[in-house]
Amino acid sequence: MADMNMIKSLNSALSIALKQDPNVVIFGEDVGFFGGVFRVTEGLQKEYGPHRVFDSPLAEGGIAAIAMGMGLNGLRPVAEIQFADYIFPAYDQIVNEIAKLRHRSGGEFSSPVTIRTPAGGGIKGGHHHSQSPEAQFTHTPGLKVVYCSNPYNAKGLLLASIECNDPVIFFEPKRCYRGPFYGDPHNVPTWNGHPDADVPEDHYIVPLEQARIVREGSACTVIAYGTMVHVAEQAIKDSGIDCELIDLQTLVPWDRDTVVNSVKKTGRCVIVHEAPKTSGFGAEMSASVQERCFYHLEAPIQRVTGWDTPFPHTTEWDYLPSPQRIAEAIKKTQEE
Amino acid sequence: MTERLTATTAPYTIGIPPFRPGEEADFGGAFKEQPGDLWRPDPATCTSDDTAPHARGLLRVLNDKGEAKGEWDPKLDASELIQGLEYMMRLRIFDDRMIKMQRTGKLSFYMRSFGEEAVAIAQTMALENQDWIFPSYRQPGAQFVRGRDMVSMICHCIGNTEDNVRGRQMPVHYTYKEGRFISISSPVGTQFSQAVGVAMASAYQEKDEVCISWLGDGTSAQGDYHYALNFASTFKPPVILNVVNNQWAISTHANLATGGRTFAERGLAYDIPSFRVDGNDFLALYSITKWARDRASAGMGPTHIEVYTYRAGAHSSSDDPSAYRPNDEASCWPGGDPIQRLKEHLMHIGEWDEEKHEALAQKIDDEVMVAYKEACEFGDLASGPYPPASTIFTEVYETVPWHIQEQREELGK
Repeated sequence: MADMNMIKSLNSALSIALKQDPNVVIFGEDVGFFGGVFRVTEGLQKEYGPHRVFDSPLAEGGIAAIAMGMGLNGLRPVAEIQFADYIFPAYDQIVNEIAKLRHRSGGEFSSPVTIRTPAGGGIKGGHHHSQSPEAQFTHTPGLKVVYCSNPYNAKGLLLASIECNDPVIFFEPKRCYRGPFYGDPHNVPTWNGHPDADVPEDHYIVPLEQARIVREGSACTVIAYGTMVHVAEQAIKDSGIDCELIDLQTLVPWDRDTVVNSVKKTGRCVIVHEAPKTSGFGAEMSASVQERCFYHLEAPIQRVTGWDTPFPHTTEWDYLPSPQRIAEAIKKTQEE
Repeated sequence: MTERLTATTAPYTIGIPPFRPGEEADFGGAFKEQPGDLWRPDPATCTSDDTAPHARGLLRVLNDKGEAKGEWDPKLDASELIQGLEYMMRLRIFDDRMIKMQRTGKLSFYMRSFGEEAVAIAQTMALENQDWIFPSYRQPGAQFVRGRDMVSMICHCIGNTEDNVRGRQMPVHYTYKEGRFISISSPVGTQFSQAVGVAMASAYQEKDEVCISWLGDGTSAQGDYHYALNFASTFKPPVILNVVNNQWAISTHANLATGGRTFAERGLAYDIPSFRVDGNDFLALYSITKWARDRASAGMGPTHIEVYTYRAGAHSSSDDPSAYRPNDEASCWPGGDPIQRLKEHLMHIGEWDEEKHEALAQKIDDEVMVAYKEACEFGDLASGPYPPASTIFTEVYETVPWHIQEQREELGK
C-alpha cells in the first residue's frame, strides 16, 4: 500500500494496464512527453515508449475516431480528452460510432475504448473547464459511464474500465485530483492520510456496476458521485442526521440493488450532482427510485444540483451544491 | 484541373453546378488529360511534392479508344480483367434488381453504385486479402471481391432472420467481418478518421495490413475528413484515403460544397502524396491503389486519392435527380461508363465479345434472381419473418445489463 493522491493512483492504473497488456495504448492532447496537463500520464511515455503513450493532434473528434479504429483492430486504446467540456467535437464519434459499433455490426465488430476525461467544477475554470456532462453519455445506449471519487476507486475503476470490452466514458473529478473537497474552498485538504488514499501498488479492480456505501445510516439515503460524494459527506455531518451515503461509481449501468435496498430501508432519498438539474442524471435516479421504492418513501425525493445555467467563474461556490444546500434537503426529507 | 463555377453575387459568392434541368449537359467532350501524361514515381521514395502534377491532373490508363497506355498500365492478365468486369456487372445487375425490389415495396430503401462500380471493385482487387476495407455506402461492391455471398447481402437488405446485423441497420449498411469489411455507418465521413486508427493498429502490431477508406466530395467538408488527413499525416500509418468526387452530394454539386481547387490537392498541404484519378477507368484505379499499397507496405504511410467520377444514378431510392440536374448528364460525362470502358478494352485486346458479354449478363441476372428468391425464404419485408424482437436488446453491450434485461422482460419477447 502507498499513500497516493488521485493523480498518482490513476497513473498507477495506467502503468499497470500498459505493463500487463501490450495492446494498451494511451494518447491525447499533451499526454505524452509532458505527461498531461493534470500530470496523470507523467512518466508513462518514458517508461513504455512513444508509440504506446503519445501526444495526439489537438482534435477531440480525431482522437475518438482513431481510438475506435484501433480498438476494432485489436488494440485497447485509452484516450484522454483534456477537459470534459471539450468532448463535444468527439460526440458524434462516441455516440453514433463507438457506442453503436457492436450492436450495428451484429456483434461482428466491437471496440473496447476507454475515454478518460477530467470533469466538474471547483477549480475556478468558468463554464468551459468545469462542466459535468455525464448525462449526455448516460443517455447513450452502448456506453458504460463511470465517475470516480477518490484515489482508491479511481485506480480500481480505471483498471476495470480498461479491461472491459465495452466502451467506457471515465469521468475524473478534477477538483479531487489532489484532495477531497468538502465544500469549503478556504479549507482544502490533500489526500495525505485519508483512508481512501491508501492505495495498493499492485493490480486490483473496483468492479463496474457496483456502488459503494460510504457510510451507513438509517434516516435518509444520499446518492452522489464524483466531488459531490465528499460534499455530501460534509453535509451529512453538518445535518446531524443519520444518513446512508452512496457513491454510485458507475452511472450506467447503475447499482440497482444497493440503491433500492438503501431507500427501502431509509424511506427517504436525496440525490446530489453538480451538473444542471434538468435532464441531469439525478432525474433518472429520482424516477427510478420512485418506480422501485414508492411505497417505502416517507417524503418526496430531493435533488440538489447545479443550476440550469452555464457554469460560472467567480461565483462557482454559489453554483455548486454546498453542504448547506444538501443539509437543507436532507432536513426537508425528515419533515414529512 | 477543372475550374469551379461560381456566381459572384452580393453578399456572398455562390457556387453553381455546370447544368440545371432543361439545360444541355455538355462537359466539352472527352477529357483533355491523356494516359501517359503523368509519370509513375517510385512508391517507396516518392514525396508529396512529386505528386503535385498528379493532384492537379488526371491519372488515366485507358484512352478513349479502349487502349491501355502509359507507365501506369498495371498489365493485368485477361483473366483478372474479366474478373473485374464480372464483379462490376454483378454489382450493377444486383443494384438494378434491388432497386426494382425497392420500387415494388420489397425493400425499404436502397442505394446503387451506378456509374461508380469500378471504384470499390478495382481498388479492392488491388489490395491483399488481409487489408481492411472501411467503406461508405457507395462501396458495397468490395464485398464481391472479398467473396460475400449475394444471399447474405440480400438478407441484410431485407432485414430478415438471416440478416447478419439482425435487422438493426437500414439496407446497404453492410457488415462483413470475414472479408474485413467494416460496418457501414450512416453518419458520413466518420469512417475516414477511424480508418486511420485501424491502420495505426496494424502498424502497431507490425502486420502488413493496409486500411482503405472512402468518402464523398460533399463529405470532405466534414471535420472527420480533415481529422483523417491530419492524423494520417502526423502518424503516417498504412492507410489509403479516397475522396470519391462523383460531382453530387444528393442535390449539392461539388461547386457548391467547396471553393477549393481539386480535392486531391488538399492532401499536398498535409504532405501526403495525392492523386486525381479517372474513377471510371478500372485500370487507373487498380494501378494507383496498388501503388498506394506498395507505398504503405514499404512503411511510407498514407496516400490520398481523388476518385474523379460521376454519380450516374440517384443518391438513394428516396432521391429524384431530375429536380436538380439534366437527366442526360450522366451520358455526357467525359469519363463514360466504367463497365463499358473495361468491356471495350477487353474487346480491343481480343479477349471479349458481345456474345460473351450478353451470356455473362444473363448468367449473373439469373444468379441474382436465384439469390433473391433464396433470401426471401428467410423472410421478406412485407410478411417477415424478421429477427426476433429480443435482438433489440442484445449486443448493446458484451453482456445484457440488468436495466436492458428488465426492459426486454417488459416487452415480453
